[in-house]
Amino acid sequence: MPIPFPFSAIVGQDEMKRSLLMAAVDPSIGGVLVFGDRGTGKSTAIRGLAALLPKMRAVDCPYHCDPDASDDYLCDECRAKKAKNGTLKSHQIPVPVVDLPLGATEDRVIGALDLERALTKGEKAFEPGLLARAHRGFLYIDEVNLLEDHLVDALLDVAASGQNIVEREGLSIRHPARFVLVGSGNPEEGELRPQLQDRFGLSVEVKTPTDLAVRMQVVRLRDEFERDPEAFVAKWKAKDTKISRQIQKARKLLPEVEVPDQTLEETSKLCIRLGTDGLRGELTVIRAARALAALEGSRQVKIAHVKTVAVSALRHRLRRDPLDESSSTNRVERAIKEQFGE
Amino acid sequence: MSQTVAVPSMAAAAAPITTPPAVKGPAPWDDAVLAAVLMTIEPRGTGGVALRALPGPVREMWLSILYDLQPPGTPRRRVPLHVTDGRLLGGLDLAATLRSGRPVAEQGLLVEADGGILELAMAERIAPGTVARINLAFDTGEVILERDGLARRTPSRFAMIALDEGIGDEGLSSALLDRLAFHVDLNTIPYDAAVSCDYDLEDIQAARALLGSVTINDAQIQTLCGVALALGIPSLRASILACHAARAHAALNGRTLVTDEDLAAAGRLVLAPRATQLPPMEPPPDAEPPPPEPQEPDQEQDQAKDSSQEPRALEEMILEATKAAIPAGLLAQLQAGKVRRTRSRSTGKAGAMRNAPSRGRPAGVLRGEPRAGQRLNIIETLRAAAPWQRIRREERLRAGKPVNRLEIRPDDFRISRFKHKSESTTIFVVDASGSSALHRLAEAKGAVELLLADCYVRRDQVALVAFGGQGAEVLLPPTRSLVRAKRCLAGLPGGGGTPLAAGIDLGMLIADGIQRRGGTPILILMTDGRANVARDGTGGRTRAFEEALASARLVRALEITALVIDISPRPQPQGRELAKEMGALYLPLPHADARALNDAVRATTR
Repeated sequence: MPIPFPFSAIVGQDEMKRSLLMAAVDPSIGGVLVFGDRGTGKSTAIRGLAALLPKMRAVDCPYHCDPDASDDYLCDECRAKKAKNGTLKSHQIPVPVVDLPLGATEDRVIGALDLERALTKGEKAFEPGLLARAHRGFLYIDEVNLLEDHLVDALLDVAASGQNIVEREGLSIRHPARFVLVGSGNPEEGELRPQLQDRFGLSVEVKTPTDLAVRMQVVRLRDEFERDPEAFVAKWKAKDTKISRQIQKARKLLPEVEVPDQTLEETSKLCIRLGTDGLRGELTVIRAARALAALEGSRQVKIAHVKTVAVSALRHRLRRDPLDESSSTNRVERAIKEQFGE
Repeated sequence: MSQTVAVPSMAAAAAPITTPPAVKGPAPWDDAVLAAVLMTIEPRGTGGVALRALPGPVREMWLSILYDLQPPGTPRRRVPLHVTDGRLLGGLDLAATLRSGRPVAEQGLLVEADGGILELAMAERIAPGTVARINLAFDTGEVILERDGLARRTPSRFAMIALDEGIGDEGLSSALLDRLAFHVDLNTIPYDAAVSCDYDLEDIQAARALLGSVTINDAQIQTLCGVALALGIPSLRASILACHAARAHAALNGRTLVTDEDLAAAGRLVLAPRATQLPPMEPPPDAEPPPPEPQEPDQEQDQAKDSSQEPRALEEMILEATKAAIPAGLLAQLQAGKVRRTRSRSTGKAGAMRNAPSRGRPAGVLRGEPRAGQRLNIIETLRAAAPWQRIRREERLRAGKPVNRLEIRPDDFRISRFKHKSESTTIFVVDASGSSALHRLAEAKGAVELLLADCYVRRDQVALVAFGGQGAEVLLPPTRSLVRAKRCLAGLPGGGGTPLAAGIDLGMLIADGIQRRGGTPILILMTDGRANVARDGTGGRTRAFEEALASARLVRALEITALVIDISPRPQPQGRELAKEMGALYLPLPHADARALNDAVRATTR
C-alpha cells in the first residue's frame, strides 16, 4: 500500500483537520463532507488520518464487532457466542478506513455471495462487502458527487439505520454497519444530492491558500515527502503520535464534557435565526462542540467552541435561496456575529 | 526578456537540434519535445502531458518521439472514450470463470498500464466519472477494485497523455489538466517544424539515474510558488509539478543542483500555459505589447543570467521567462482582461446527462427486470448468474428436477442503463436599447431573474446576450452560475439604437454551438421589436427590421427552440411577426405576469 502523507504535516486547512479529528473523537457527529478546490489535500488529510487513529478492541469476526456493544450492534455470530459464553474474546486492531471507489459494484458495497466458495465448492456463503468492512470505522468516498445514484441510495439506507440487510436467493443477512461517512469532492464536477449532503454531520469548504509563505511551505513539504516518503514519515512520526494521543484522551474525556444550559439555549437561538430545518443542526453543533472541547482538554463546552464549529455544522443545512448572492458560509458567519457578538 | 535562458542548456545537453538555420529561442516544437523528454524522465512526478492537437502528422511525430524515448517494455495503453468500468478497472472474466469453474479476474487498463503510459483518446469528451476513476488510481498509485464479487488492490502507477482534440472552447476537464504538468499545444506548429529529436534512450537513462540526487532549495521553491501566484494560478499542484519539472530538467542536463535555467524551463513548460492573469505589479504596459512569438532571440539573456540570486530578483527573472512563454492566444486574452479566472472549461461536463431507459451512451448496469423498454444486458446477467450455477444445479438435483445447462433466475437479471444528454441552455437575448430602456428594461430584468431562478432549479445553463447601441455582446457565456448571471444583468446598461439583427445573430451563434455539442438551446428574445440599426451599424428602420426578420428565419431553419417576449408597453405587430418568422412562441409581457412567463418558458423547454 502506498505510504500516506502524514496528517500532522498538512499545512493550514484547519477547519478540515479539526472536523476530521472531531469525527474521530465522536463518530455520532455523523461524518464529514469536504468540498473544495483541487489540490488542497482533501484525500491526503483523510488517508493521513487513517494512519494515526488509535487502535480499537474488536472481536475476530468479519464485522470486527465491539466486544462491549449491546446485542443490537453485534453480528449474529457474536450475539450467539456472547449468549453462550457471557463474554467475547477480543484483540486490538487498527480502525478501518475503507475506500469506496467509484465504479464499485453494488454487490461489493453491500456484500453478496462468496464467489470463490460458490464456484469451487458449490456453497452458498455470504461475503461481507465494504459496508461490513467499514463497521466501526470510516467509509471514504472520493468524488462523492459522482457516485452512482443507486449506490448512494443503498448507502443512505444503511447510514441511517446502522444495519445492513441483504436478502437474495436464500441468503438472508443482517449485520451492523455503523461508520463515519467521509466524502470529498469538487463542486465544479457537479453538486451533491441534497439528501446525501444532509447526512453528513459536518461540511467543510477547503480553499487553496493564497499566502505565498503558506503555499511555499506546502510545496516544500510535498517535495520532501515525494523524494523520500519513509524518511519523511519518520520525521513527522512524533507529531502524528501526539495527535493520536490527543484523540485518545479526548475520547476518554468526552462523556464528562458538560454543556451548560445557557450554551444550549444560545445554540438553539442561532439555529432559529438561520432557519435550519429540524433538530439535526442543533444536535450536530452541540456534539461537535463537545468533541472540540474534549480535544482541547476542557470539561465544559464554551461559547467559543460553539462559534468555532457552527459554520461546519450548519452551512449545508440552510434552505437555499437561489437569488441570495452571499455564500452559506457568510450567512452562518453573519448569524454567529449577530447571536454572540464579536 | 529572458525567455531563452534555457536554450543553451538544451543545446549543451545534446547535439544541437538538427533543424537548419532558423532555430532561435525554444520554438514551440522544441518545448513540446522537451515536455516529452521531461515526462519520460520523471513520469510519476510530472504526471504527463495534456496534448492539444488534432490528429495529424505533427501529433504522430510527437507521439512517436515520446514512445521511442521509453525504455523497452514500457506498457502503453489507450483508454477509449466510452470505456466500461470492467475494462478500465477490471472485474470478473466471465468466459474464463465459466470455463474453469472458479473466479478468474480480468485486469483493467489501469493495472495493465502500471509502470507505463496511459493514453486517453479524445480526452476532451471523457465523462467526469471516468476521469474521476482514472484520477483516483493516478493519485494513489493503485486500483482499488470492488467489483463483481472481487476485492483487490493492485499497483497502478502510470503517466498520462491526454489527447485533446477539442476545438475552440472545448478542452480537457480541469480535473485532468490540474494533474498533468505539461500542457502542450501542437495545433499551431507547422508540419515541417515537427522534426525528430536528438535525445535518445541513453540520455533518459542517465537523467533517471541522476534524478534521485537532484535537489531544489527553498528559495527556488519560493520562486516557483511566487511566479504561480503572480500569474493567478490557484492550484498548488501546479507549483509542485513545476518543482518536479525543474528537477527533471536539471537531471537531463547532468546537474544535481537545480539552477535558474531549470526554473525557467519549469516556468515556461508548466506555469505559462496555466496563467489566468498577467502579473499585477507590472510597470505601465510597455509601448508595444510583449511579442507573442516566444521565438524572438534575446539580447538580454546575459543580463538575466547575471541577476543576483536574491529570491525577489530571481522570481522576477523567472516570471519574465514564463510570461514570454505564455501562448499567444492566451496572452491576447489575458491582455484583453478576459480572464477566465478558474479556467474550468465545462468539458466532460456531460455531467448533466440524464438516465434514460433505452437510448444514449451506455452507463453501467443495474439489477432489475427488463420492462418498460429497458434492455436486458445478457453478458452482465450471465456474470451475475455464473457464481450460482453449481449451487443451483445441486439444488435441482436434490429436488429431483432436470438440470439445465444454464440456470438463470430473475434475480440475475441485469439491465443496461443509458444516459443521454438533455442538458439545456437558456440563452437570453435582451434588448438594451434606448427605446426599451425607457420603459421596460427594468421589468425585463425582473422577468429574466425569475426565469433564472427556474433555470437554477432545473440545473440548466444560462447565457446572456445584450444588444443596444451599435451591436450585440455576450455578457455571459453559458454558465450554471446564477449569481454571475444576476450580476451581469444588474450591470446591464441601457440606451442607444436597436441592432435587433445583431442580437439575434449572436444568440443564434451560441445556440448553434450548443446544438452541435449535443445540448439543447432555448433562445429567449426580449425586445420591443423596433429595430433601427442594421448589421453594419447604420441606421434605418426598414432595413434593420428586414435584417432582423432574415435572422429570425435562420433561427427557424436551425430548428432552435425560441420564445419572443414583447416588452413594448403596447404590443406591436413587429414582435408577433418576428416570432412567426422565428417559429417561436410569442408572449407580450403586459399580459404576462411572472408566473405566466415562467409557465411559457417551461412549456417551451419541454
